[in-house]
Amino acid sequence: MNRFEYVRPTSIAEAVAAAGEPGSAYLGAGTNLLDLMKGGVTQPSRLVDLTHLPDLGQIEQLPDGSTRIGALVKNAALAHDPAFAEAFPAVAEALLSGASAQLRNAATVGGNLMQRTRCAYFTDPASACNKRAPGSGCDAIGGENRAHAVLGWSDHCIAVHPSDFCVALTALGAIVEIEGPAGRREVAMTDFYLLPGDTPEKETVLDAGEMIVAVRLPAEAAAFAGNQRYLKGRERTSYAFALASAAAALKIENGLIVEARLALGGVATKPWRVQAAEAVLAGAAPGKEAFEKAAEVAFAEAKPSGDNAYKIALGKRVLARALMMAAAGTPERMPALPASPFAPLPEGVVNV
Amino acid sequence: MNLSLTLTINGEQREIVLDDPRVTLLDLLRERLHLTGAKKGCDRGQCGACTILVDGQRINSCLALAISYDGSAITTIEGLAENGALHPVQQAFIDHDGFQCGFCTPGQIMSAVGLIAEAQADGDAERIREAMSGNICRCGAYQGITEAVLDAQAKISTGKERDAA
Repeated sequence: MNRFEYVRPTSIAEAVAAAGEPGSAYLGAGTNLLDLMKGGVTQPSRLVDLTHLPDLGQIEQLPDGSTRIGALVKNAALAHDPAFAEAFPAVAEALLSGASAQLRNAATVGGNLMQRTRCAYFTDPASACNKRAPGSGCDAIGGENRAHAVLGWSDHCIAVHPSDFCVALTALGAIVEIEGPAGRREVAMTDFYLLPGDTPEKETVLDAGEMIVAVRLPAEAAAFAGNQRYLKGRERTSYAFALASAAAALKIENGLIVEARLALGGVATKPWRVQAAEAVLAGAAPGKEAFEKAAEVAFAEAKPSGDNAYKIALGKRVLARALMMAAAGTPERMPALPASPFAPLPEGVVNV
Repeated sequence: MNLSLTLTINGEQREIVLDDPRVTLLDLLRERLHLTGAKKGCDRGQCGACTILVDGQRINSCLALAISYDGSAITTIEGLAENGALHPVQQAFIDHDGFQCGFCTPGQIMSAVGLIAEAQADGDAERIREAMSGNICRCGAYQGITEAVLDAQAKISTGKERDAA
């Protein structure tokens, strides 16, 4: 790990000022950042420690009915907050399907959004990687790339976004609150991440010195609480990143789907909202036929970036199954294996 | 550059001065305070051998900058036994053969203590296995570990009920 200057601001304004210095990085828990620094993947010259800032650790209900999650709320604390888990069960399920209990106890909400891809070529400084060293090339293209993206990739980068939490947030229309040198602004989750294009090193809309202060779920997102799930295909049933995952939320009235909210994980270069597939479901009767059709639409633009064509078939089945599980109703208690395909299926859900 | 911090470690308040901000909690405990119970397995948050409790919550001490935890209360495996009597989780690991070589054991035990405090797993072995997935045992003593956690959890909750009565 390189040497760095350690700065501990006492206010957001101080933090933003300290992080304006080139080479600075914000420190949350550091569960991803320190790992990358140990591997020489990132070498910040200054760490601005946000963990002692006041007022960023609350989960609040705002007067307009929206839910505001402070950037320093721990992943585990959010998932186990009874009111939050009841209103946004797929978000809680996604959180609990990620990392390990130790990491979830430390990792923050803001840090989860800012975590980097686990592409093995990105994390190996000896490999060519346009994200880590712009212009150096991409060893993942033509390399070991069965875990890489089938949606949103470019000739410069095929790395997937690793988060589960962000997939559920994206489905439910979350908004990111940002503070920076130019003041406060808000960006929808769907606009927060950038496609790699020919600048894969630029991953988010954040400008130099800008930090996430909170993530907000709008009031209308809570209307999907009764029918929402997160499902995650992976190589182990616990403590592994997604190969293909899906967050599915449905509003069902009189036996018909009124509205659907869908997003994909593990298959794309950013958390991937699929509004065209949501539109297919509006007005449809919940069931295998509608769900398989939605899955086809969700992956209509998908194409392999290497040895990963299987992800298109897997992703469709994961999405269709997540929809079947959502339609069966949010379980009363979090399953023993959150988001796992190995958890017992709810009654009426058939293998798709 | 000198960086000072205050930590309460196993009940004792310590004033610590660091000459380098890169020191992790794990390296602080092992190399500077000579509390070598927490182990350095992978040093990258993947194996769980370095698990300790910070303010009662289990975390990977290898991915925690010590300076950032200024003001925290830390419990390590050295702080579990009271007056020479083993903690119920320690005793349960012995009773159920929850280890072979023992390298991962301090991390397993600290993780189990944290898990029981989280009170999410009740008596369900599947929930215990899921909640212990951040602790790798290369000897493969998982069966004994699961039994030990179930047993310790039952004994701790019985003890609590008795205390409350």
